Amino acid sequence: MENWKENRRVFWTLGAPPTIWLLAFFIIPLGFLFIMSFSDKAVIDGQVSITEYDYLTGIANYIRAFESLYLTIIWKSIWISALATALCLLTAYPIAFGICFAPERWKPLLLLLVILPFWINLLIRTYALIAVFRTQGYVNKVLGVVGVGPFEMLYNNFAVIFGLVYVFMPFMVLPLYATIERLDKSYLEASLDLGASQFTTFMKVTVPLTMPGIISGVILVFIPCLGSFLTPDLLGGANAIMIGNVIERQFKAANDWPFGAALSFLLMYATFGALALRWLIASRSKGVDV
Amino acid sequence: MAAQLKPGQGPLDYGSRLWLKILFGLIFFLLYAPIITLVAFSFNTDKRGIVWRGFTLDNYSKAWNNASLIEALTNSLVIAFLATLIATVLGALVALMLWRFRFPFKGGYEGFMALPIVIPEICMGVALLLFFVNSGMMDFFVAMPWPLNLGNIVIAHVSFCFPFVAVVVRSRLVGFNRQLEEASKDLGASEWQTFWSIIVPYMKPGLIAGALLAFTLSLDDFVITFFTSGPETVTFPVKVYSLVRRGVSPEINAASTVLIVITVVATVLAMKLQAPPKPRKG
Repeated sequence: MENWKENRRVFWTLGAPPTIWLLAFFIIPLGFLFIMSFSDKAVIDGQVSITEYDYLTGIANYIRAFESLYLTIIWKSIWISALATALCLLTAYPIAFGICFAPERWKPLLLLLVILPFWINLLIRTYALIAVFRTQGYVNKVLGVVGVGPFEMLYNNFAVIFGLVYVFMPFMVLPLYATIERLDKSYLEASLDLGASQFTTFMKVTVPLTMPGIISGVILVFIPCLGSFLTPDLLGGANAIMIGNVIERQFKAANDWPFGAALSFLLMYATFGALALRWLIASRSKGVDV
Repeated sequence: MAAQLKPGQGPLDYGSRLWLKILFGLIFFLLYAPIITLVAFSFNTDKRGIVWRGFTLDNYSKAWNNASLIEALTNSLVIAFLATLIATVLGALVALMLWRFRFPFKGGYEGFMALPIVIPEICMGVALLLFFVNSGMMDFFVAMPWPLNLGNIVIAHVSFCFPFVAVVVRSRLVGFNRQLEEASKDLGASEWQTFWSIIVPYMKPGLIAGALLAFTLSLDDFVITFFTSGPETVTFPVKVYSLVRRGVSPEINAASTVLIVITVVATVLAMKLQAPPKPRKG
């Protein structure tokens, strides 16, 4: 690798356009959002203005985010995301494990099958779920044959959690697959040879050794779940509102941009917190990485 | 040990365990059943899409004749095309710079480039909305004739696509044999000639894969477009969203199927190009 000083002309030709683009159309917009989160709607002649703002008035918007109404929604977003992440882990682990132990020629196909839904538009996949879960949908039809139902399966917490698991599972499979694939299988053999049962081997050898993958997967799923807007909007309706829906409402229907900006930043801090945690765990486990 | 293990019965042959196969089947069924149902019902004659009544292509011709749907699809394709073009160039530049140079705070710079990938989409969407409105760019683009009125959406899409392109292209460049570059320069080629005739041909599969990735990301994006589009401009996902809110209809199924086919083809192509080349015979 060259030192950048050896060839400044090439360095700047390569680096300047993308850096300027990212500054202009990403960092500066975030700066606008940051300033807006500390601002307030201007009051002109005793009337609250729709388009004018008083900038940098204080942290009132952040304090408002901790009112009980919003605190409930933030808390709900967290537990829905946590539950969805846990379910993702429970379904993705056997898949990743199975792919690792599948015959070599099947592996690429199986991996492709897991990843492919991820490439299909999020909106379309959510719509497909609506068609299956609605009152006259397939699940209720099958249940009807057995003699139960029909149930209202949409527009509640269950629908949102199922939708999130359905949409984000591939994010969990890939890091798990990567670590299980690298796991030295002779550890498992040793454990089994020494008399441990399959279950004990799994809990005491496989799971601890694949912990880096589990943590990566959990964080990779938890972050988009927490920030999701489309899934709760379409599957949860008015009954399962998450923080993303509140942000959307501030910027569209409620037209309270400063408050929406504050909520967006809270969401971003949560995201960065999760990423920092991942980095911390990764750097600590460096020595014993499998 | 007298008893011989049959193939597939070893303690680590989990792949041939029946329970794992059943679990696999079940999870794949859950993953694919909704999508397959959606595609199948795009060929259904039943208007309410509940029972299978017979095969038809009517839904496709209806979707095709729905002017607003086609307008939205055209917008989406134009945006994806332009965004891909810009994002591929910018992404390749980042990849080349990170691959070639050592510079201070490189780790920090890489983190900075990864920001659009990790940040929640909705935050990026509202930040760009705020920026476009406050800087006057929204009014400026909305007043423009088509396709220039799509400018703000294209800008937003480039911002979240090009870091992905950079990742793909950079992973391709890692395998480059630097001696080729040195040889080229030793033989008297200029920086520019070396770039065009040695590095670009080597990067090509990465560039194509990155471009296809950017194309599908842009075509699929809903959240960021939802916030950054002007009141009059509609893209395909935004249109589908407004239709879905009104209920299920076979026309949406038909339109969705077309989009699924486009993205799946693009993705499979991209994966093929990214895969390490198989050793040739002979």
